This record gives sequence, C-alpha cells and structure tokens, in this order.
Amino acid sequence: MIVAKQKPLSELTAMLDGYRNVLAVGCGTCVTVCFAGGVKEVGILASALRMARRLDGQPMSVAETTVQRQCEAEYIAPLAEGLDEFDAILSLGCGVGVQTLAERFPDKRVLPALDTTFMGLPTEQGVWEERCQGCGHCVLDITGGICPVSRCAKQLMNGPCGGSQGGMCEVDSDTPCAWQLIWERLDRQGLADRLLEIQPPRDWSTSRDGGPRRIVRDDLRLPPPEDV
Amino acid sequence: MTVAETPFEPKIVAFCCRHCAYAAADLAGTSRLAYPPSLNIVELPCTGRVDVLELLRTFEDGVDGLLVAGCLPGRCHYLAGNLHARQRVDYAQRWLEDIGLEGERLRMINLSAAMGAQFAELATEMAETIKSLGPSPLGTRRAAGEIPTTGCAACGDPAPLLAESAHDRGDGR
Repeated sequence: MIVAKQKPLSELTAMLDGYRNVLAVGCGTCVTVCFAGGVKEVGILASALRMARRLDGQPMSVAETTVQRQCEAEYIAPLAEGLDEFDAILSLGCGVGVQTLAERFPDKRVLPALDTTFMGLPTEQGVWEERCQGCGHCVLDITGGICPVSRCAKQLMNGPCGGSQGGMCEVDSDTPCAWQLIWERLDRQGLADRLLEIQPPRDWSTSRDGGPRRIVRDDLRLPPPEDV
Repeated sequence: MTVAETPFEPKIVAFCCRHCAYAAADLAGTSRLAYPPSLNIVELPCTGRVDVLELLRTFEDGVDGLLVAGCLPGRCHYLAGNLHARQRVDYAQRWLEDIGLEGERLRMINLSAAMGAQFAELATEMAETIKSLGPSPLGTRRAAGEIPTTGCAACGDPAPLLAESAHDRGDGR
C-alpha cells in the first residue's frame, strides 16, 4: 500500500489561511488502511481545523467526504456537484489523489493534507515499513524476496557492506541489514551459492531519472472515436 | 444576579464504562456522596468504544471538560478496552494542544464498580480543574454565534458528507 502521514496541524492551518469554506476529501483505499486519510481521519482533521480556526477568530467551515479511490477520475467525478461553494479542496489522499483532484478540477485550489511517504506494509499494528521504491526493474527473484533497493541504505546489489553490524544497518541500529536478511533467506532455501554471482551495475534508467514514467497498454486502450 | 455574575459551572461530559465507572457513579449516588451536578454521564459498554473522533467532536460541541472513566488496568471485561481508551485519550490530548485547547480538559480515570467515593472525589477534582481553566473558548464563541454551523438534518453531523459518500450510505461512522 501507499503509506502516508498527516501533516502537522500548524502547517495545515497556515496552508488554509484565508479560506473560509473547505471540502476535506478522504480516500477509501491505501490511506484508509494506513489510518492517514480515511473517513475517520477526515472527521478528526476537519473537526480539529474547525476548532483551531474558531479559536483564531477566523471560523472556517470544513465539509467532509471520502471517495472510494481518489486516484481515478471516475471516482471523484461526483464531487463536481456542489463544488462551487467551496474555496478549496483539502485532499487526504496520497500525492496521486491530490493530483487527480487537481487535474479533474483545474479551477479549484487543491491542497495536500498528507505527506505521502512510501510503499510499504504494516509490520505490526500501528507500525509501517517501506518495502518498495517502484524502481521499475524488480530484482526480488535474485534477492530472495527482500528488496535491496528500498531496504539497503546504499541500494547495494552485492552486499552487505562493511557497515553491517550484528545483522543491523550502521545507518540506524533499529534497521535490519537488508543484505544480512537476503543471505539468511537464501541460505535457508539452500540457494546461498547464487549470491556468489556478482550482479552488474544496475540500470537505473527504469527508475526516476527520466522524469515521470508511463505505461501504455495498447490492448486496453479505447479505440479512437472515428473507428467506433 | 445578572448573566455576567453567574458563577461558572463547567459543563463536563463523562464517558463511563458500564462495568465499573458507571456503577461507581451509581454507588456514589446511592451512598449520598455529592459530585458536581454539571457532570453529564454517558454510559458505554466499554471505554474501548471511545474514539478520538468522538472526543474531539464533543469538544467542538462546546463542552468544557471531558472525563473518560474505565475499569482498572487488567480488569477490563473485554481484556484491553480501557488500555486502548488510554492511548486514544493521550492522542486526543495532543490534538487538543495543537488546536489551542488545554490538554487537561480531557482526562482518563480508572475505577472499579466499588469505588463510588473515589468517583465522586475524582469528578469533583475534575470540575475544580476545569473551573480553574475557565469555560472552553469554543463553547463561549459558539454561544456568541461566531460559529457557522451547517449540519445534516438526519443525524446532526455538523459537517455533512457529500452525495455518494459513506455518510449517505449510512456506514460513515
């Protein structure tokens, strides 16, 4: 899932300075399950913002809604009705959700309530950890299902480095060394010898160096109107 | 006596677990122990039912203080409801301070059903704390008509959700 966290209230009140009628929009997908931007979090934040602004002597109305999926135009289309009455939209979606709203409603100010942080999983209730950076070239087949791109601070492909101490990373003593985990996993599977094969330098062109990435599936695209 | 001279009687809501604090309040009453009449008790099946959203909305509605009263640690009828409530109260206190309200306006206490005297004592102590803090600025501002309130006529939600939303499906919260 995409994991996000709410921005501090002080940052949001500064961002919303001057607005008097705001629509807070949550998302029912990733940010709901990481407790950052679902129905309940929208309610809490909206209530907090209303109270903070009332105490500042600048009351602000904050209406609440949550769409099932903020990152697809079809799901946010119903918001168009009644949107005129709002000065701004406060999105509790991930960065994709914010941008989907901004693209769909280009005349409306769309502001982010969350800091989108990483793609990850909950390791225990209330704790989320990063597991994927979307590098565009998955190597989990080689590394026993443990990602060195997202979990090794140096993104090494032939680890571990000398900073691996007692199974932990020198960058943070609470972070397991990804390459220690990789060696242990493949050893457990009887495949540790595969790690003796040196991996060549990675091709990072699939990652973030070339601007926004795009996937086109011709088999899924709609035919041009003139052909229909 | 004019309105301005009326002594401040804090409006306090107490979310009480039915297995302990609610019974303790009952015991205080039957034992003729006085506690502040301004305490509005809401019976809950367990303080684990308390949610941060409800705590904040109660303050938004203008209450001066809020007491969450659950079972003694280790004595929750649902194992850990009172411990979850404590975590949520702590979290809500941080929200209150960020908003600009005093965190002391929200407090959690733990009691057994036999602790009627302690309930009366703690409720009185809470009322004194709130009296020293004064009325909630949210309550007074609301009374002065400074709050633009729009709400759902069906459920009283102060900030109604839009069409096609969880609110309209009835499963919003």
